[in-house]
Amino acid sequence: MGVDNSLRLDHFCHNFRVEVVRLTEEDMEFDMIGIDAAIANAFRRILIAELPTMAIEKVLIANNTSVVQDEVLAHRLGLIPISVDPRLFEYMSENDQPNEKNTIVFKLHVHCKRGSPRITVKSDELKWLPNGSELIKESRKVASDSASKPETYTSFSCSQDTLPEFANNPIAPKYPDIIISKLGPGQEIELEAHAVKGMGKTHAKWSPVATAWYRMLPEVVLLEEVEDDLAEGLKSKCPVNVFDIEDLGKGKKRATVARPRACTLCRECIRDEEWEKRVAIHRVKDHFIFTIESTGALPPEVLFTEAVKILEDKCERVITELS
Amino acid sequence: MEHGSFTDNSAATFSLTEEDHTLANAVRFTLNQDPRVTFCGYSIPHPSNARVNIRVQTTGDPAREVLKDACQDLMLMCRHVRSGFDKAVEDFKASNAVKAMKIDSQDSDSEESE
Repeated sequence: MGVDNSLRLDHFCHNFRVEVVRLTEEDMEFDMIGIDAAIANAFRRILIAELPTMAIEKVLIANNTSVVQDEVLAHRLGLIPISVDPRLFEYMSENDQPNEKNTIVFKLHVHCKRGSPRITVKSDELKWLPNGSELIKESRKVASDSASKPETYTSFSCSQDTLPEFANNPIAPKYPDIIISKLGPGQEIELEAHAVKGMGKTHAKWSPVATAWYRMLPEVVLLEEVEDDLAEGLKSKCPVNVFDIEDLGKGKKRATVARPRACTLCRECIRDEEWEKRVAIHRVKDHFIFTIESTGALPPEVLFTEAVKILEDKCERVITELS
Repeated sequence: MEHGSFTDNSAATFSLTEEDHTLANAVRFTLNQDPRVTFCGYSIPHPSNARVNIRVQTTGDPAREVLKDACQDLMLMCRHVRSGFDKAVEDFKASNAVKAMKIDSQDSDSEESE
């Protein structure tokens, strides 16, 4: 039993390679060679839908006299990416109290005074409140012990900026220039936004990637020798310059495939009749060119590592259920 | 949840909740690689319910064990992918750092590390 499986696994481990082509803080492009489409697709699906992030979920609006309706404003706030590591927070279920481990509180208070020109409310107006909510909950009962702190919408037992991760870098939206709303003279927005942890499966605002996609490496094969004028013709046909001319000396030229990776499979080179038998285009079945664009919460290489961990966790869950 | 026969445990359908194509297709692929498996496939009875049925038929071994082995194999493959990826990212960052240093120092004839 073990012999056959381990032979296959060794074969996989021997053939598998990763090559990073481009890596910046926001996006990365890398090649995975020797893996199957099922697993590559699993990674892509997890990157888009099952990696947790923090995003604004509840918006407590104290005053909104702008032209943007409450619900539209709340929707826009939810889509703003927040630059914080979601692994530092826990999920909040329905029965939980919002506390410093599962909620991030932001405040937005902008007022356009009469007589001043119109202002654009951008995402840098969202201020982080490390001590929790400041809106006071109105309680019916006349509390005789109202000497203690009034009850707010969250119950933070300690301030979030005492935690080492947030001590010197405050939590803020990743991009400070996202337009939230526009205010005319005399209009005001005053609200508090609570951000919680969630997954892209529930709502796309919790997706940590702008998008993540893969394509398979195209393979362009010249079935016969393409020489001289035909070679020139072939080279000029391709809009992305996949082909190159190689000089054989004595005035003879030959076409070669120089950059198959750039091929977009537009099939211009085989559009005419006779070219079908000279050029063959297909894809390499196990070479995947992944591109991951992060929205900013986590860098893309961390996102991919977390996605692989999540697939491992899923397998483990199945194994424990079966045992 | 396993649906099978009490007498013959080499063929069974496993019904997993809270799963979709992400895990099911990957497990189906690893199952297909196993030589003990004669038939394997997965289906999603209704897209609104998060439920997946994985059918496994083997050459005699209990289907439950074969599915467990396939999940183990998938986990090992994931670990290998993760280590290969981490190493590739480290190498890339190191080689970029070297390139940046070479551009900075004008009169360097340091050997290139690949």
